[in-house]
Amino acid sequence: MVDLTLRVNGKKHSLSVEDSSLLSETLRDQLNLTGTHIGCDTSQCGSCTIHMDRKAVKACTVLTAQAEGCEITTIEGIGEPGDLHPMQEAFREHHALQCGFCTPGMIMAAIGLVNESDELDGEQVRKGLDGNFCRCTGYHNIVKAVLDAKQRM
Amino acid sequence: MYSFNYHRAQSIDEARDMYSSGQDPVYLAGGMTLIPSIKQRLSSPNEVIDLGAIDSMKGTLTSGTSIRIGGLTTHSEVASTSTIAALAALAGGIGDPQVRNRGTIGGSIANNDPAADYPAALVGLGATVFTNDRSIPADDFFTGMFETSLADGEIVTSVEFPMPTRAAYVKFPNPASRYAIVGVMVAETGGEVRVAVTGAGPYAFRMTEMESALSSNFAPSAVADTRVDHSDFNVDLHASSEYRAHLVRTMAQRAVAQIA
Repeated sequence: MVDLTLRVNGKKHSLSVEDSSLLSETLRDQLNLTGTHIGCDTSQCGSCTIHMDRKAVKACTVLTAQAEGCEITTIEGIGEPGDLHPMQEAFREHHALQCGFCTPGMIMAAIGLVNESDELDGEQVRKGLDGNFCRCTGYHNIVKAVLDAKQRM
Repeated sequence: MYSFNYHRAQSIDEARDMYSSGQDPVYLAGGMTLIPSIKQRLSSPNEVIDLGAIDSMKGTLTSGTSIRIGGLTTHSEVASTSTIAALAALAGGIGDPQVRNRGTIGGSIANNDPAADYPAALVGLGATVFTNDRSIPADDFFTGMFETSLADGEIVTSVEFPMPTRAAYVKFPNPASRYAIVGVMVAETGGEVRVAVTGAGPYAFRMTEMESALSSNFAPSAVADTRVDHSDFNVDLHASSEYRAHLVRTMAQRAVAQIA
Protein backbone atom coordinates (compact mmCIF):
# COMPACT_ATOMS: atom_id res chain seq x y z
CA MET A 1 0.00 0.00 0.00
CA VAL A 2 1.03 3.60 -0.59
CA ASP A 3 0.08 6.39 1.82
CA LEU A 4 -0.31 9.68 0.05
CA THR A 5 -2.03 13.04 -0.06
CA LEU A 6 -4.07 13.89 -3.14
CA ARG A 7 -5.22 17.41 -3.92
CA VAL A 8 -8.54 17.12 -5.73
CA ASN A 9 -10.79 20.07 -6.63
CA GLY A 10 -8.95 22.23 -4.12
CA LYS A 11 -9.25 19.82 -1.18
CA LYS A 12 -6.53 17.64 0.33
CA HIS A 13 -7.27 13.96 0.97
CA SER A 14 -5.00 11.63 2.95
CA LEU A 15 -5.40 8.17 1.47
CA SER A 16 -3.97 4.71 1.56
CA VAL A 17 -4.11 3.03 -1.86
CA GLU A 18 -2.85 -0.14 -3.52
CA ASP A 19 0.48 0.45 -5.33
CA SER A 20 -1.23 -0.45 -8.59
CA SER A 21 -4.38 1.65 -8.08
CA LEU A 22 -5.46 3.68 -11.06
CA LEU A 23 -6.41 7.31 -10.51
CA SER A 24 -9.80 6.66 -12.13
CA GLU A 25 -10.52 3.95 -9.52
CA THR A 26 -9.37 6.05 -6.57
CA LEU A 27 -11.45 9.06 -7.62
CA ARG A 28 -14.58 6.95 -8.03
CA ASP A 29 -14.24 4.33 -5.29
CA GLN A 30 -12.45 6.18 -2.49
CA LEU A 31 -13.46 9.80 -3.07
CA ASN A 32 -16.93 9.06 -4.49
CA LEU A 33 -16.26 11.38 -7.44
CA THR A 34 -18.22 9.24 -9.88
CA GLY A 35 -18.46 11.96 -12.53
CA THR A 36 -15.17 10.59 -13.88
CA HIS A 37 -16.49 7.76 -16.03
CA ILE A 38 -14.68 4.57 -16.97
CA GLY A 39 -15.61 3.66 -20.52
CA CYS A 40 -12.96 1.51 -22.16
CA ASP A 41 -10.28 1.43 -19.44
CA THR A 42 -7.70 1.19 -22.25
CA SER A 43 -7.00 4.92 -22.83
CA GLN A 44 -9.01 5.05 -26.04
CA CYS A 45 -12.37 6.64 -25.21
CA GLY A 46 -11.55 9.66 -23.03
CA SER A 47 -14.57 9.31 -20.67
CA CYS A 48 -12.20 9.42 -17.70
CA THR A 49 -10.52 12.69 -18.74
CA ILE A 50 -9.56 14.92 -15.81
CA HIS A 51 -6.96 17.65 -15.36
CA MET A 52 -3.59 17.20 -13.69
CA ASP A 53 -1.95 20.59 -13.24
CA ARG A 54 -4.41 22.07 -15.78
CA LYS A 55 -3.56 19.49 -18.46
CA ALA A 56 -6.18 17.04 -19.72
CA VAL A 57 -5.16 13.43 -19.07
CA LYS A 58 -6.89 10.05 -19.04
CA ALA A 59 -7.29 8.97 -15.41
CA CYS A 60 -7.50 5.27 -16.38
CA THR A 61 -3.87 5.48 -17.51
CA VAL A 62 -2.36 7.25 -14.51
CA LEU A 63 -1.40 5.46 -11.31
CA THR A 64 -2.84 7.14 -8.23
CA ALA A 65 0.66 7.29 -6.76
CA GLN A 66 1.89 9.22 -9.79
CA ALA A 67 -0.66 11.97 -9.08
CA GLU A 68 0.70 12.88 -5.65
CA GLY A 69 1.82 16.50 -5.65
CA CYS A 70 -0.39 17.43 -8.61
CA GLU A 71 -3.48 19.63 -8.58
CA ILE A 72 -6.28 17.35 -9.80
CA THR A 73 -9.54 18.72 -11.16
CA THR A 74 -12.53 16.54 -12.00
CA ILE A 75 -15.90 17.42 -13.52
CA GLU A 76 -17.22 17.96 -9.97
CA GLY A 77 -14.66 20.73 -9.47
CA ILE A 78 -15.57 23.05 -12.33
CA GLY A 79 -19.18 24.04 -11.62
CA GLU A 80 -22.38 23.03 -9.89
CA PRO A 81 -26.11 23.21 -10.53
CA GLY A 82 -27.05 26.87 -10.71
CA ASP A 83 -23.45 27.87 -11.28
CA LEU A 84 -22.32 25.88 -14.30
CA HIS A 85 -18.94 26.29 -15.97
CA PRO A 86 -19.29 28.11 -19.34
CA MET A 87 -18.39 24.85 -21.12
CA GLN A 88 -21.19 22.99 -19.28
CA GLU A 89 -23.59 25.84 -20.07
CA ALA A 90 -22.66 25.69 -23.76
CA PHE A 91 -23.09 21.90 -23.88
CA ARG A 92 -26.59 22.29 -22.44
CA GLU A 93 -27.61 25.10 -24.78
CA HIS A 94 -26.32 23.41 -27.93
CA HIS A 95 -27.71 19.99 -27.06
CA ALA A 96 -24.16 18.61 -27.18
CA LEU A 97 -25.08 15.40 -25.39
CA GLN A 98 -27.60 12.62 -25.63
CA CYS A 99 -26.91 9.73 -23.27
CA GLY A 100 -24.33 11.80 -21.40
CA PHE A 101 -21.82 9.04 -20.71
CA CYS A 102 -18.94 10.71 -22.57
CA THR A 103 -19.90 14.21 -21.45
CA PRO A 104 -17.71 14.68 -18.32
CA GLY A 105 -14.61 13.57 -20.23
CA MET A 106 -15.63 15.58 -23.28
CA ILE A 107 -16.06 18.73 -21.18
CA MET A 108 -12.75 18.28 -19.35
CA ALA A 109 -10.93 17.69 -22.66
CA ALA A 110 -12.67 20.70 -24.22
CA ILE A 111 -11.68 22.98 -21.33
CA GLY A 112 -8.08 21.76 -21.67
CA LEU A 113 -8.22 22.53 -25.39
CA VAL A 114 -9.64 26.04 -24.89
CA ASN A 115 -7.10 26.82 -22.15
CA GLU A 116 -4.26 25.99 -24.53
CA SER A 117 -5.58 27.64 -27.70
CA ASP A 118 -5.46 31.32 -28.62
CA GLU A 119 -7.71 30.76 -31.61
CA LEU A 120 -9.99 27.82 -32.41
CA ASP A 121 -11.94 26.79 -35.49
CA GLY A 122 -14.16 23.77 -36.05
CA GLU A 123 -11.37 21.70 -37.55
CA GLN A 124 -9.09 22.38 -34.57
CA VAL A 125 -11.87 21.45 -32.15
CA ARG A 126 -12.36 18.13 -33.95
CA LYS A 127 -8.61 17.45 -33.80
CA GLY A 128 -8.42 18.60 -30.20
CA LEU A 129 -11.14 16.12 -29.20
CA ASP A 130 -9.39 13.25 -30.99
CA GLY A 131 -9.03 11.40 -27.70
CA ASN A 132 -12.74 11.43 -26.81
CA PHE A 133 -15.44 9.23 -28.29
CA CYS A 134 -19.13 10.06 -28.41
CA ARG A 135 -21.38 7.34 -29.81
CA CYS A 136 -24.60 9.41 -29.85
CA THR A 137 -24.28 12.93 -31.13
CA GLY A 138 -22.20 12.70 -34.29
CA TYR A 139 -20.03 15.45 -32.76
CA HIS A 140 -21.60 18.40 -34.62
CA ASN A 141 -23.26 19.93 -31.59
CA ILE A 142 -20.23 19.23 -29.44
CA VAL A 143 -18.08 21.27 -31.84
CA LYS A 144 -20.65 24.10 -31.80
CA ALA A 145 -20.70 24.08 -27.99
CA VAL A 146 -16.91 24.21 -27.67
CA LEU A 147 -16.64 27.08 -30.15
CA ASP A 148 -19.35 28.97 -28.26
CA ALA A 149 -17.75 28.27 -24.87
CA LYS A 150 -14.43 29.55 -26.21
CA GLN A 151 -16.07 32.98 -26.59
CA ARG A 152 -17.40 32.88 -23.03
CA MET A 153 -14.26 31.66 -21.26
CA MET B 1 -5.13 -3.88 -12.08
CA TYR B 2 -2.49 -6.57 -11.60
CA SER B 3 -0.39 -5.91 -8.54
CA PHE B 4 3.17 -4.61 -8.37
CA ASN B 5 5.24 -2.50 -5.99
CA TYR B 6 5.44 1.21 -6.78
CA HIS B 7 8.57 3.29 -6.13
CA ARG B 8 9.13 6.96 -6.86
CA ALA B 9 12.77 7.79 -7.58
CA GLN B 10 14.03 11.27 -6.70
CA SER B 11 17.20 11.05 -8.77
CA ILE B 12 18.74 9.04 -11.59
CA ASP B 13 21.13 7.37 -9.14
CA GLU B 14 18.27 6.38 -6.86
CA ALA B 15 16.35 4.96 -9.83
CA ARG B 16 19.39 2.89 -10.84
CA ASP B 17 19.74 1.56 -7.28
CA MET B 18 16.05 0.65 -7.10
CA TYR B 19 16.32 -1.08 -10.46
CA SER B 20 19.35 -3.16 -9.57
CA SER B 21 17.95 -4.24 -6.20
CA GLY B 22 14.50 -5.21 -7.53
CA GLN B 23 13.21 -8.38 -9.15
CA ASP B 24 11.56 -7.91 -12.57
CA PRO B 25 11.79 -4.12 -12.36
CA VAL B 26 10.62 -1.66 -14.98
CA TYR B 27 10.94 2.11 -15.31
CA LEU B 28 7.79 4.21 -15.60
CA ALA B 29 8.00 7.50 -17.53
CA GLY B 30 4.67 8.81 -18.86
CA GLY B 31 3.08 5.37 -18.69
CA MET B 32 1.12 5.72 -21.94
CA THR B 33 2.40 2.36 -23.17
CA LEU B 34 3.46 0.68 -19.93
CA ILE B 35 0.17 1.01 -18.01
CA PRO B 36 -2.00 -0.40 -20.85
CA SER B 37 0.63 -3.15 -21.32
CA ILE B 38 0.40 -4.14 -17.65
CA LYS B 39 -3.41 -4.19 -17.88
CA GLN B 40 -3.16 -6.58 -20.81
CA ARG B 41 -0.48 -8.70 -19.14
CA LEU B 42 1.91 -7.94 -21.98
CA SER B 43 4.17 -6.71 -19.20
CA SER B 44 4.15 -8.11 -15.66
CA PRO B 45 6.75 -6.30 -13.57
CA ASN B 46 7.20 -6.78 -9.83
CA GLU B 47 8.70 -3.35 -9.24
CA VAL B 48 7.56 -0.22 -11.05
CA ILE B 49 10.07 2.60 -10.65
CA ASP B 50 8.50 5.98 -11.42
CA LEU B 51 10.97 8.45 -12.92
CA GLY B 52 8.38 11.25 -12.97
CA ALA B 53 9.85 13.23 -10.07
CA ILE B 54 13.32 13.60 -11.63
CA ASP B 55 13.12 17.22 -12.74
CA SER B 56 16.61 17.27 -14.27
CA MET B 57 15.25 15.06 -17.08
CA LYS B 58 12.50 17.53 -18.08
CA GLY B 59 12.50 20.40 -20.53
CA THR B 60 14.18 21.62 -23.67
CA LEU B 61 17.50 23.47 -24.12
CA THR B 62 17.93 25.28 -27.41
CA SER B 63 21.20 26.58 -28.82
CA GLY B 64 21.84 27.99 -32.29
CA THR B 65 23.00 24.64 -33.58
CA SER B 66 20.99 22.05 -31.66
CA ILE B 67 18.09 21.24 -29.35
CA ARG B 68 18.51 19.01 -26.33
CA ILE B 69 15.31 17.50 -24.98
CA GLY B 70 15.15 15.85 -21.55
CA GLY B 71 14.00 12.24 -21.54
CA LEU B 72 10.90 13.04 -19.46
CA THR B 73 9.75 15.90 -21.70
CA THR B 74 6.19 15.32 -22.86
CA HIS B 75 5.08 15.28 -26.47
CA SER B 76 2.97 18.40 -25.92
CA GLU B 77 5.97 20.28 -24.53
CA VAL B 78 8.06 19.28 -27.55
CA ALA B 79 5.18 20.28 -29.86
CA SER B 80 5.02 23.74 -28.29
CA THR B 81 8.73 24.43 -27.66
CA SER B 82 10.77 22.72 -30.38
CA THR B 83 12.44 25.21 -32.71
CA ILE B 84 12.73 22.43 -35.30
CA ALA B 85 9.32 22.80 -36.92
CA ALA B 86 9.24 19.25 -38.31
CA LEU B 87 9.96 17.84 -34.84
CA ALA B 88 7.25 20.02 -33.27
CA ALA B 89 4.75 18.85 -35.88
CA LEU B 90 5.72 15.20 -35.37
CA ALA B 91 5.30 15.46 -31.58
CA GLY B 92 1.98 17.27 -32.04
CA GLY B 93 0.67 14.39 -34.15
CA ILE B 94 1.35 11.57 -31.67
CA GLY B 95 -1.75 9.86 -30.27
CA ASP B 96 -4.30 12.34 -28.92
CA PRO B 97 -3.98 15.45 -26.68
CA GLN B 98 -4.33 13.52 -23.42
CA VAL B 99 -1.63 11.05 -24.49
CA ARG B 100 0.64 13.92 -25.55
CA ASN B 101 0.22 15.52 -22.12
CA ARG B 102 1.68 12.43 -20.41
CA GLY B 103 3.80 10.50 -22.93
CA THR B 104 7.53 11.28 -23.03
CA ILE B 105 10.27 11.18 -25.66
CA GLY B 106 12.50 8.97 -23.51
CA GLY B 107 9.72 6.49 -22.83
CA SER B 108 8.76 6.36 -26.47
CA ILE B 109 12.23 5.66 -27.83
CA ALA B 110 13.15 3.21 -25.07
CA ASN B 111 10.00 1.25 -25.96
CA ASN B 112 10.76 1.44 -29.72
CA ASP B 113 7.32 0.52 -30.98
CA PRO B 114 7.65 -0.24 -34.72
CA ALA B 115 4.87 2.29 -35.44
CA ALA B 116 6.06 5.08 -33.12
CA ASP B 117 6.83 8.48 -34.65
CA TYR B 118 9.92 9.56 -32.67
CA PRO B 119 12.30 6.90 -34.05
CA ALA B 120 11.88 8.43 -37.54
CA ALA B 121 12.78 11.84 -36.09
CA LEU B 122 15.88 10.57 -34.30
CA VAL B 123 17.20 8.63 -37.29
CA GLY B 124 16.13 11.24 -39.88
CA LEU B 125 17.60 14.18 -38.02
CA GLY B 126 20.74 12.30 -36.94
CA ALA B 127 20.09 12.74 -33.22
CA THR B 128 22.22 11.53 -30.33
CA VAL B 129 20.71 9.68 -27.35
CA PHE B 130 22.25 10.45 -23.96
CA THR B 131 21.87 7.92 -21.16
CA ASN B 132 23.00 7.82 -17.55
CA ASP B 133 26.40 6.62 -18.70
CA ARG B 134 27.06 7.21 -22.40
CA SER B 135 25.89 8.72 -25.68
CA ILE B 136 24.54 6.62 -28.56
CA PRO B 137 24.06 7.82 -32.17
CA ALA B 138 20.44 7.30 -33.28
CA ASP B 139 21.66 5.04 -36.13
CA ASP B 140 22.92 2.57 -33.50
CA PHE B 141 20.11 3.01 -30.97
CA PHE B 142 17.20 1.18 -32.60
CA THR B 143 18.13 -2.45 -33.09
CA GLY B 144 14.91 -4.47 -33.55
CA MET B 145 11.18 -4.56 -32.92
CA PHE B 146 10.80 -3.16 -29.37
CA GLU B 147 14.60 -3.57 -29.06
CA THR B 148 17.23 -0.90 -28.48
CA SER B 149 20.92 -0.86 -27.63
CA LEU B 150 20.10 0.25 -24.05
CA ALA B 151 21.64 -2.04 -21.47
CA ASP B 152 19.44 -3.52 -18.74
CA GLY B 153 18.61 -0.69 -16.34
CA GLU B 154 20.09 2.07 -18.51
CA ILE B 155 18.06 5.31 -18.59
CA VAL B 156 17.57 7.73 -21.50
CA THR B 157 18.33 11.09 -19.90
CA SER B 158 18.07 13.31 -23.01
CA VAL B 159 18.10 13.41 -26.79
CA GLU B 160 20.04 15.99 -28.81
CA PHE B 161 18.94 17.00 -32.30
CA PRO B 162 21.24 19.04 -34.56
CA MET B 163 19.42 21.91 -36.25
CA PRO B 164 18.57 20.86 -39.83
CA THR B 165 18.68 23.18 -42.86
CA ARG B 166 15.27 21.82 -43.81
CA ALA B 167 13.14 18.91 -42.60
CA ALA B 168 9.62 17.54 -42.91
CA TYR B 169 7.76 14.56 -41.47
CA VAL B 170 4.67 13.13 -43.11
CA LYS B 171 2.77 10.10 -41.87
CA PHE B 172 -0.14 8.01 -42.94
CA PRO B 173 -1.76 7.46 -39.55
CA ASN B 174 -3.92 4.62 -38.42
CA PRO B 175 -7.19 6.54 -38.13
CA ALA B 176 -8.04 5.04 -34.74
CA SER B 177 -4.73 5.03 -32.85
CA ARG B 178 -2.83 7.74 -34.82
CA TYR B 179 0.18 5.44 -34.83
CA ALA B 180 2.06 5.61 -38.13
CA ILE B 181 1.10 2.93 -40.64
CA VAL B 182 4.04 4.57 -42.43
CA GLY B 183 5.83 7.78 -41.48
CA VAL B 184 8.75 9.35 -43.34
CA MET B 185 11.14 12.04 -42.08
CA VAL B 186 13.17 13.77 -44.80
CA ALA B 187 15.89 16.11 -43.55
CA GLU B 188 18.94 17.94 -44.79
CA THR B 189 21.46 18.68 -42.07
CA GLY B 190 24.96 20.09 -42.70
CA GLY B 191 24.66 19.20 -46.40
CA GLU B 192 23.68 15.57 -45.72
CA VAL B 193 20.23 14.31 -46.77
CA ARG B 194 18.54 11.63 -44.67
CA VAL B 195 15.31 9.75 -45.24
CA ALA B 196 14.04 7.76 -42.23
CA VAL B 197 11.00 5.50 -42.25
CA THR B 198 8.90 4.28 -39.34
CA GLY B 199 5.86 1.99 -39.28
CA ALA B 200 6.88 0.02 -42.37
CA GLY B 201 9.46 -2.38 -40.95
CA PRO B 202 10.30 -3.91 -37.57
CA TYR B 203 12.00 -0.63 -36.54
CA ALA B 204 12.95 2.73 -38.05
CA PHE B 205 15.43 2.55 -40.92
CA ARG B 206 17.03 4.79 -43.56
CA MET B 207 16.22 4.66 -47.26
CA THR B 208 19.73 5.18 -48.64
CA GLU B 209 18.63 5.01 -52.30
CA MET B 210 16.26 7.90 -51.70
CA GLU B 211 18.97 9.82 -49.86
CA SER B 212 21.38 9.63 -52.80
CA ALA B 213 18.62 10.45 -55.30
CA LEU B 214 17.65 13.53 -53.29
CA SER B 215 21.28 14.60 -52.86
CA SER B 216 21.52 15.17 -56.61
CA ASN B 217 17.93 16.29 -57.21
CA PHE B 218 15.90 17.48 -54.20
CA ALA B 219 12.45 17.07 -55.77
CA PRO B 220 9.49 14.73 -55.17
CA SER B 221 10.02 13.13 -58.57
CA ALA B 222 13.47 11.92 -57.46
CA VAL B 223 11.89 9.43 -55.04
CA ALA B 224 8.69 8.60 -56.95
CA ASP B 225 10.05 5.41 -58.47
CA THR B 226 12.55 4.25 -55.85
CA ARG B 227 12.43 0.48 -55.41
CA VAL B 228 11.39 -0.33 -51.83
CA ASP B 229 12.29 -3.82 -50.64
CA HIS B 230 9.30 -4.92 -48.53
CA SER B 231 10.40 -8.48 -47.79
CA ASP B 232 10.62 -7.86 -44.02
CA PHE B 233 7.87 -5.21 -43.81
CA ASN B 234 5.03 -5.36 -41.31
CA VAL B 235 1.75 -6.93 -42.37
CA ASP B 236 -1.48 -6.45 -40.43
CA LEU B 237 -5.16 -5.91 -41.07
CA HIS B 238 -4.49 -2.26 -41.84
CA ALA B 239 -1.95 -2.66 -44.62
CA SER B 240 -0.08 -5.31 -46.61
CA SER B 241 3.68 -5.07 -47.04
CA GLU B 242 3.22 -4.01 -50.69
CA TYR B 243 0.90 -1.21 -49.62
CA ARG B 244 3.38 -0.07 -46.98
CA ALA B 245 6.10 0.03 -49.67
CA HIS B 246 3.80 2.22 -51.75
CA LEU B 247 3.19 4.47 -48.74
CA VAL B 248 6.95 4.86 -48.17
CA ARG B 249 7.30 6.38 -51.66
CA THR B 250 4.16 8.49 -51.29
CA MET B 251 4.97 9.88 -47.83
CA ALA B 252 8.57 10.57 -48.94
CA GLN B 253 7.31 12.55 -51.95
CA ARG B 254 4.93 14.54 -49.76
CA ALA B 255 7.67 15.32 -47.26
CA VAL B 256 10.07 16.45 -50.00
CA ALA B 257 7.32 18.56 -51.60
CA GLN B 258 6.88 20.47 -48.32
CA ILE B 259 10.51 21.62 -48.23
CA ALA B 260 11.85 21.44 -51.84
